[in-house]
Amino acid sequence: MTTRSSTELTLPVTDRDHIQGSTEALVTLVEYGDYECPHCGRAHPIVEEIRQQFGDRLRFVFRNFPLTQVHAHAEAAAEAAEAAGAQGRFWEMHHALFTHQNALDTSHLVQYAGRLRINAAQFGEALSAHTFRDRVREDFMSGVRSGVNGTPTFFINGMRHDAPFDLPFLSEAIEGVMGSGGDQGRAAGQS
Amino acid sequence: MSSNTGTPALPGTALAPGTAAPDFRLPSTPDQLVSLHEFRGQPVVLVFYPADWSPVCGDQTALYNELMPEFHRFDAELLGISVDGPWCHLAFAHDRKLRFPLLADFEPKGAVARQYGVYRSQDGFCERALFVIDAEGTIRWSYVSPVGVNPGADGILAALEGLAPKEKKI
Repeated sequence: MTTRSSTELTLPVTDRDHIQGSTEALVTLVEYGDYECPHCGRAHPIVEEIRQQFGDRLRFVFRNFPLTQVHAHAEAAAEAAEAAGAQGRFWEMHHALFTHQNALDTSHLVQYAGRLRINAAQFGEALSAHTFRDRVREDFMSGVRSGVNGTPTFFINGMRHDAPFDLPFLSEAIEGVMGSGGDQGRAAGQS
Repeated sequence: MSSNTGTPALPGTALAPGTAAPDFRLPSTPDQLVSLHEFRGQPVVLVFYPADWSPVCGDQTALYNELMPEFHRFDAELLGISVDGPWCHLAFAHDRKLRFPLLADFEPKGAVARQYGVYRSQDGFCERALFVIDAEGTIRWSYVSPVGVNPGADGILAALEGLAPKEKKI
């Protein structure tokens, strides 16, 4: 037990996850992110471009990795996304949070929920009762177990992407996995 | 092995599993000293890192800070060690709201890092190295990461689980 350094996603993508894209997609891109992290904010439009570029060939999964000791609003924001998700509006809230990273206090979270026309009472209750705290922690620990060491961390078909996340790097890595029929990540994981 | 996967205890340098962890006594604040033997009876995670304030260290300490409840489940104590002085540690810990002690391997500089085989004499600071020490004071796991790469926490948690087989896996 002296050599362990995980770079493989330990919690498989299942229907517990928030998934954008086709289940038939050749490549699955998983991001562990923090809504208050500026680097994740910078990654958000890059992921949008990647999704457009690859279309049905790629599906995207977002999991929470809030660094709550550094970012005062990260936990509440993560729980807010999950609370909106419980009402079918995860991705709308996800987008709202990443495009308003400097306004993530409770009154703003409620305001974003209002714009999504979801049940405000139910949303507010989920925030104040921390209904989704365990869920967020589960995401977080699955990231720790998979070798997530900061945010954002991406996994392409289950293997950690260690190159920068700028569009050309991320795009090339995805192309590489696609070129090998989607198996490259798996093969590398066994080396 | 890619540059990001790190190396298990560099051959002939970092102390290997099975070795008795050398005891030490280092300042944790300008007026407090901490000795390794004080923690006998519980696991200790020693986190050697190059310097306060450098970006990767910041991420690494932020992650460990977040994981304090997990380390406590194993009754483990986490100790950060670098060659920075106690006043520097104090400012860094305050700024990052760290919930674990930072020890100053400051005078003689890097003496403890040298004992553990993780001092970079060419640079004047220590490796980014992790040691998990069991309740009896024996090193049970060690890992040296490339100096610019945050080693994460999965290896530490797996090693702690190895010490406490009854503890439930998360």
